[in-house]
Formats: sequence, C-alpha cells, structure tokens
Amino acid sequence: MKCIKRDNLPLLMLGVSFLGFIVFYLFPFLFSFSYALIDNPIRKEFVGIRNFTELFENEYFMLGLKNTIMFIVISIPLNMALSLITAVLVNRKNRFNRWVSLVFLIPLVIPSAATAFFWQNIFGIHGVLNKFISLFGIAGKDWMQNDTGLVIMVIIFIWKNIGYNMALFVSGLHNIPEQYYECASVEGAGALWKFRKITMVYLAPTSFLVLIMSFVNSFKVFKEIYIMTGQYPPDGLYMLQHYMNNMFLSLNYSKLVSAVYILTVVIVLVVACLFRVERKASENLRF
Amino acid sequence: MERKKYKKIIVKVLIIILVIIYIMPLLVTITNSFMSQGEVNEHYSTVGNILHPGDKFVEMHLIPNMVSFKQYWGLLFESPVYLNMFWNSVKIALPVVIGNLIVSSMAAYGFTVLKFKGKEFLFFIYIIVMLLPLQVTLMPNYLMADWLNIKDSYLAIILPGIFQPFGTFLLRQSMKMIPKSYIESAQTDGAGHFKIFIYIVIPMVKSGLAAAAMLTLIDYWNLIDQAVVFIQNNEKQPLSLFLANINTEQIGVSFAGAVFFAFPILLVLLWGQDFIRDGINLSGVKG
Repeated sequence: MKCIKRDNLPLLMLGVSFLGFIVFYLFPFLFSFSYALIDNPIRKEFVGIRNFTELFENEYFMLGLKNTIMFIVISIPLNMALSLITAVLVNRKNRFNRWVSLVFLIPLVIPSAATAFFWQNIFGIHGVLNKFISLFGIAGKDWMQNDTGLVIMVIIFIWKNIGYNMALFVSGLHNIPEQYYECASVEGAGALWKFRKITMVYLAPTSFLVLIMSFVNSFKVFKEIYIMTGQYPPDGLYMLQHYMNNMFLSLNYSKLVSAVYILTVVIVLVVACLFRVERKASENLRF
Repeated sequence: MERKKYKKIIVKVLIIILVIIYIMPLLVTITNSFMSQGEVNEHYSTVGNILHPGDKFVEMHLIPNMVSFKQYWGLLFESPVYLNMFWNSVKIALPVVIGNLIVSSMAAYGFTVLKFKGKEFLFFIYIIVMLLPLQVTLMPNYLMADWLNIKDSYLAIILPGIFQPFGTFLLRQSMKMIPKSYIESAQTDGAGHFKIFIYIVIPMVKSGLAAAAMLTLIDYWNLIDQAVVFIQNNEKQPLSLFLANINTEQIGVSFAGAVFFAFPILLVLLWGQDFIRDGINLSGVKG
C-alpha cells in the first residue's frame, strides 16, 4: 500500500501545479473565448466571427500589430548578436569580467519608473540629447515621436536585456570543451573558423533558450513604454498591448479577447516552428 | 605579443565606456537622491525663469550643489506612506516568490520523472502561457479573481503568480542535467520519490532555484500592470506603482524613493549574480 502511494507522489506534485494552471490560466482563458463571439458581455448578442473581421479593419489594432512585429523582428536578433559578442568578450573567468557581468545585469533591477524617467530626460524634447546637439546649432526634436521612437525602445530593450542574455551565453560557452578549440588550433584553424564551426554549433541550444527568453522579455518592455508615453503614445510606439490595455479599460472585452486570441495563435505558430527548427539543429549535435 | 596587449587594452577601455553608460541611470538616481527638492525641481523643470524666459533644457547633474538628506528624511520619517507602500510590495512579492518556487520545483520534478502520453504537449502549453504578454494573461486572471471574489485583495495577484509557468520551465531545464543514473540508483536502494526529491534533486538544482527565485522576484517587485487592474485602494498600492505615477511636484522625493526601492533587490543581485548564469539549463530546450 505504502509503495503505491510513493509512486503516485510525482503525479501529485505535477498535479498541484497543473490544477493552479488550469484554474488561473487555462480555464478562464478558454472560457473567455465566449466573449469573442458576442457583441458585448451585457447584451450578449451572438455575432460569430464579426469581432475578428472588424479587428483586421481596425486601424489601431493593425498599427499595434505592425509595430509589435516590427519591434520584435528588429530587437531580438540585434539583442542576441550583441549579447553573444559581449559574452565572447567577457567569457574568461576573472575578477574584471565578473564585475562587468554584474554591471550588465543592473538594468534589470532598476525600477521601471526610474528607467523611464532617465531615458525620457535623455530623449525628450527638452532632453540631454537635444541640449548636446544644440551646441552644434542643430535644432532638436522629440525623439520619442514616430520613426525614432521605435529605435529608442529598441535601445532601451537592449540596454535592459543584454546582461541576462549575456549570462546565458557565457554559461553556454563554458560548456564547450576546451579540447575542441585546441584541436582546431593544432590543425591550423583561424579564429573565425573556430567561431563559426565550434562556438556557433555548440551554442545552438543556448541560443534557442536565449531566443525564448528574449521573446518573453520583448513583451515586458511595454511597461517602460507605457510609463513614458501613457495610454495614447505617438503612432510609432503604439503596441498591441496598448490596444489590449485600452480595450480592457474601456470594458470592451469582446474586442480584447478577440485580439488576445489572434496574438495567441500567432505565438503558438511561431513557437511550434522554433521547436521544429531546434530539434533539427540539436540532432546534428552530439557532445 | 605587443599587438595583442594593445588589443586587450582597447577592448577593456571599450568595455569600461559601455559600463559607464550602463550604470548611468543608476548613478543619476543615486546622486540625485542627495539633492534638495529645490535643486531637483530646478534641474528638471523645462520652464525658464525671469532671467531666461522661454523653454530650457533638462539638466542632468551627477554632483549635487549641496549634499542633502532631505529626500531620505521625508521618505523615512515625515510620512508613513512610503514605508507602508514598501511593505505592500513585500507582501505581494514574497508570497509569490516562495509559493512559485515550491509549486514549480514540484511540477518540474513531475515533468522529469513521469512518463505519460502528452507530457511534452502539456509542457508546450506551459511554454506558450509563459510567452504570452501580461496583457493577455491579465484578462483570464481578472475573470477568475472575479469568480473567486478576490478582486480587491492581493490574492488576485499572488495566486496567479504562484502558478505562473516560468519557474517550472526553468527548473525542468535544470533537472534535465541530473544524470538519470542518480535517480535510478537511489530508487534501487529503496528511496521513495519524496526522499529523492528532497535529498538528491533539490540540492543539485540549487542554482536553478536561486535563478528562478531572483527572476520572479525582479518581476513581482517591479509589478505595475497587475496593480493597476486589481488594486483600487491607494493605501494598498505597491511602491513600484507609486513610483511610476509620481508627478512633477513629488519629483524631489522620487529619487530617494527609487533608491530605497531598488536597494534590497540590488543586494539580492550582488549575492546571487552567479546563480543567474549557472542556474539556467546548459543542455538547451529539448522538447
């Protein structure tokens, strides 16, 4: 009897988490789909897929979708490349590098409010950047507006997240056996060859992890955007989250849920593709 | 040999410049917290005075004209609001971190040792929910809080936080690193799952646990969106939300507030920076 109980323990352990997961995420999430099919939660008139078709004609939803995709497409690869480069630079274990890695992690723990305040005072219309260029007689502008707004957000995103991704890459680099490089050196391989054929290949699993984490964090930069620009930012900074937030505040749950489902489907497709690619990549790789 | 030395110095100088840019926001926040209210207002006001009418630029100074502890005095002694909000932050973040750690380490163990059909699919759903932006999961959270009638209490934030899948994801990756033979040989020696979990698995994923705890802490210490949705009562606001909403009149105390707010979490980072690097899985995400 006792033996059977013991065997069931892992099931119970997973069960606790799964139960909470169902209660707080899965069930209400699936339930909320019913909102997507009605015109609003009070009148409850069935409208089929009209909410979805209307979203694709909605100028703000499309703007948010476009900006969000653009932000992700620009910031994630750039962030990964930069954190890989810094990781290679501070790879060797010593005091200086340890200290540098710590500094790169600091942006993670600065309160979002202070972060937003600082960057606003750099790039705002009265900010430090404009003051600096006015010394050369160049008229300043509000950098948060339009085209440059997104660039600034990318900068802030990278500034905030490099440290963490770098830490992941460093841990991946430490895992590549030193002999591989020694072997390659004996055979006369150059630094670039070694980077491409050893580092890049054996870093593939880590890169996948960094990619997933960057994905998670790319949505989190919204907090800073929101503090800096509020509910109605310049067009270039209007994210999907703004749209959802505003729909939530205006109690338009039907539109909100429809938007949520569209975004979720996109994310599921992207992640499923990523997993497939990762599986292919790790098949070629044996430690 | 000489050339290599120069190259090293150049890299170091570049890194030091980067480092300075990196900690600038923190430096500004800290140094400005020792300025008097008047000085802060003068630096960050964008309206000129009688001598210089018209707009003026923000001035970001690193060295106070006169060191003043007025901000800290106001924060710590004059009004109990700030300390109160600090405790509110603690009351939200601490239960989430502890609860999440317990639930997700158990779930991760379940995922590691159990074998059942659909396990990977279940894990895939966990990953998807982990990737969804907060604006997406807030709606299900809100619905459930409404049904459970906990909408105006911290539980509405804490409970979903405890069951958030990120910790499970991270810890499962760490547990994959434990050689299967460890668990199997313990089993043949007659150890039950409870013993294996407590005495073998937990000690081996210590840095994973620390990393999960730190990353969850960073997220929930800095929470803003959930507080906006669930906490209507001003007295129950966490400090993070207050700092984000601070207006120009209170700016004089906001720097000290931010330092006060970031200090505990900076300490945690100092203590655990190695865990962030080592606590993440090293073998990649294998589905």
